[in-house]
Amino acid sequence: MRIKTISRSVDEFTRERSQDLQRVFHNFDPSLRPMEKAVEYQRALTAAKLEKIFARPFVGAMDGHRDGISCMAKNPNYLKGIFSASMDGDIRLWDIATSRRTVCQFPGHLGAVRGLTVSTDGNVLVSCGTDCNVRLWSVPRPSLEDSDLSSEKSTEVVHSICGLYLQECVILSFTSRAVDHQFEGDLFATAGAQLDIWNHNRSQPVQSFTSGSHSVISVRFNPGEPDILATSSGDNHISIYDIRMSSAARKILMRTKTNSIAWNPMEPMNFTAANEDGNCYSFDGRKNEEAKCVHKDHVSAVMDIDFSPTGREFVTGSYDRSVRIFPYNGGHSREIYHTKRMQRVFCVKYSSDATYVISGSDDTNLRLWKAKASEQLGVILPREQKKHEYNEAVKNRYKHLPEIKRIVRHRHLPKPIYKAKAESRAMNDAKRRKDDRRKAHSAPGTVVTESHRTRRIIKEVE
Amino acid sequence: MEVALEDNNLMEKVLPPDEQEIDVELEAKEKKYLRGEGANLESLKDKKLKTQLASREKLYGKSAKAAAKIEKWLLPASAGYLETEGLEKTWRIKQTDIAKEVDLLSSRNQYDIVLPDFGPYKLDFTASGRHMLAGGRKGHLALVDMMNMNLIKEIHVRETVRDVAFLHNDQFFAAAQKKYSYIYARDGTELHCLKERGPVARLRFLKNHFLLASVNKIGQLHYQDVTYGDMVASIRTGKGRTDVMEVNPYNGVVALGHSGGTVTMWKPTSQAPLVQMQCHPGPVSAVAFHPNGHLMATSGKERKVKIWDLRKFEEVQTIHGFHAKTLSFSQKGLLAAGTGSFVQVLGDSSGGGHSRYMSHPMVKGYQVEKVMFRPYEDVLGIGHSMGWSSVLIPGSGEPNFDSWVANPFETSKQRREKEVHLLLDKLPPETIMLDPSKIGAMRPSRRKEKPTRGEIEAEKEVAIEAAKSVEMKKKTKGRNKPSKRTKKKKELVENAKKTFPELEEKNIAGKKRRIGEDAAAELPTSLKRFARKN
Repeated sequence: MRIKTISRSVDEFTRERSQDLQRVFHNFDPSLRPMEKAVEYQRALTAAKLEKIFARPFVGAMDGHRDGISCMAKNPNYLKGIFSASMDGDIRLWDIATSRRTVCQFPGHLGAVRGLTVSTDGNVLVSCGTDCNVRLWSVPRPSLEDSDLSSEKSTEVVHSICGLYLQECVILSFTSRAVDHQFEGDLFATAGAQLDIWNHNRSQPVQSFTSGSHSVISVRFNPGEPDILATSSGDNHISIYDIRMSSAARKILMRTKTNSIAWNPMEPMNFTAANEDGNCYSFDGRKNEEAKCVHKDHVSAVMDIDFSPTGREFVTGSYDRSVRIFPYNGGHSREIYHTKRMQRVFCVKYSSDATYVISGSDDTNLRLWKAKASEQLGVILPREQKKHEYNEAVKNRYKHLPEIKRIVRHRHLPKPIYKAKAESRAMNDAKRRKDDRRKAHSAPGTVVTESHRTRRIIKEVE
Repeated sequence: MEVALEDNNLMEKVLPPDEQEIDVELEAKEKKYLRGEGANLESLKDKKLKTQLASREKLYGKSAKAAAKIEKWLLPASAGYLETEGLEKTWRIKQTDIAKEVDLLSSRNQYDIVLPDFGPYKLDFTASGRHMLAGGRKGHLALVDMMNMNLIKEIHVRETVRDVAFLHNDQFFAAAQKKYSYIYARDGTELHCLKERGPVARLRFLKNHFLLASVNKIGQLHYQDVTYGDMVASIRTGKGRTDVMEVNPYNGVVALGHSGGTVTMWKPTSQAPLVQMQCHPGPVSAVAFHPNGHLMATSGKERKVKIWDLRKFEEVQTIHGFHAKTLSFSQKGLLAAGTGSFVQVLGDSSGGGHSRYMSHPMVKGYQVEKVMFRPYEDVLGIGHSMGWSSVLIPGSGEPNFDSWVANPFETSKQRREKEVHLLLDKLPPETIMLDPSKIGAMRPSRRKEKPTRGEIEAEKEVAIEAAKSVEMKKKTKGRNKPSKRTKKKKELVENAKKTFPELEEKNIAGKKRRIGEDAAAELPTSLKRFARKN
């Protein structure tokens, strides 16, 4: 007879000294865990509710400008620094970390500043404005002392003025609407009546592209290919230029004008265009007949768009006083931020560590928001991190079920946006019903429904 | 044994047979961890969703593989076994023989505690198997720590105790006493008196839902949430007095065995039973559930033990010969049955159902009251009329416990944290259903189909019949005229017909056409040109 029974010795299963960690044993057998699906569902419900409890996205507002903010620029080398420029020519460098205050100002422009950009090494700031100036400034290098003594300097505002920073000022014959700097290069482009490519050291544009009678509204260089840039013009075109060629490589004609374009940093062949009709259109740069994705949620014109460094999300600011965060491949926003005090949002930026979103609006304030509203900032212990990840995963598993969907999707909308959305929904439903009926009562094939992805594109031109 | 491959560039390996066996074993384990079939992605039209779900299915496959490998190689302990050689039979082996072969720690688990004064004992174990609660009929309650054989607390309540149950951990227990049930703390203080239930015959605790279920002498089923004391449901079963009640650990459903031989299954949110099964010709004396939730064993007074498959509600096996007063399944699927002073353990032989595995005959004076397997140990606890005993049944317990599910070596800090987590994960009573995997599943969208004409007509007939069979109230004081009664009845039938307007229209249209045709046939030939043509 051979026999064996379970016998557990206490020392094998308990810790030796009180300084040790407790011993943990795992057995993943599902039969030890009855009703695991119901328990998971309960945890998903709790996780959804907790997420709503901890959702406090607004971090702070930065006050200082005296007129509405027209554009912002991120410093690729320095996380804490954001440049912003207002409609009265005031350019400021902000420290958006613990002390949300101006580090230095760059006065000089006489009219509204329309475009701001920073070179890739972070040393040169380029600005252009309605006073037909393009100015190059040298960015003060942040020293270690600044960050240590920031607490002492909290009462005095650190200002440094003028002459120290202005490098160069070029006078153009027309006002420029936008400026962007090449990645890993020396060139920057200004957009105005024509598209000019400049070098830092020259006072004349290296290259010029003219396209018809309308001015170019916005310009953006491709992060992957340093010689390609996308522009949008006032006659509803989106053009893709290669600097090495003499004319536009591609042109897309849409029904309404595009206010801003952003390239996806992780997939540099894709770009998203923020359009005047409230939608954002994602295109594949190589294939332009139809939009890859239409992102619809704003009720008024989308003014600015910026991608997250992860390439998975982008933030948009719109004329309807709200900031929305969209997934790169999803048709609807996952988050909306609004405040009673925030008026028309003219520019947004996603911070380079993918944690914050900065919005500049008409009410002269820059606002700092968290990209994930219920995120715990600061140092998180590994166990906390695991718990957050678990909560996120279990919530995503059950977020399509009605009870949890209701909690996860719920957002408070300001009344004008709520009403506008209800109205547009009613209008779209009516239109769709009529189209369906027309289709049902006509010969099959005569009435063709246009897909949303091609609806707003008129044609593509080589 | 080496197979020479003709196409060496095909890179296909032919594994030697033992490795192939291991692969098959791992595959079988993987299936367990996959928890059912994957989703059918072919019917999806949304491409984005399809790719997302496909990548998730791949991840599930990977995690199942990893879990199968862990189970094979990394678990610390292996299951017990009893193997005989030659002509020896396992059911003839006595406990004394086992004691000689087994190590010291295990032999400490075999004992008889003799307490003749306090009547037959009922037992309950906590989920980790560390603590045991023994309740004697004459009013003796004892809380024992099984690892050290420490008596933590004993109380004499001096009235009849019919059943005992632990709540979620060893800090609280409930006792069903003569008139009411009481909840006690670990140190013996009486915390609550549960008056609403009346004299309770059986008490059971549903762990995931924190519900204390009981059936009382009148046959009422009560569910109470012990976290805030709310009586969630009190159900009148309508089947009379019973004291056979068990909880199915897989789905939280309570099964009652009745004197007519039926077993009914209940959930707290409905007044009618979920299932009624006719199990035995005579009264049901015991019910037990397999931990995987698919098997149920019942025993009837006609000396048969039947094993049922709960997915199809069909009988799988009948075991003749003895009338089991008490039944219990172990974590590994062994079935213990106690009758008189004899306890028999039936083992699951592969494919052949349950057959004799071991037996333990006791002295005639020890009449078995309750058998219960101790979780995570190869031990069977027997409560009988002279106290309680514990015997070794190799291969009955799960050798590897999970610290996050049930930890027999819990410290007080771990116990407190676990209590908080249990409360956070407490399930609402609506989640008790026959198939718990339906939670979180999507119902297939059914397009609403119009009922056919035949169905509508059938419904109409039923409605008219119902209207005709309504009993009219007999009015007095001269208001009960026959003409009025018939008028009223006609009205009711007309109202019933009115609810089917579509049918009416078609009938009328049909009638019109028929009239036209008939009239045309009756007209003389000269007037036929004036017949209405449709």
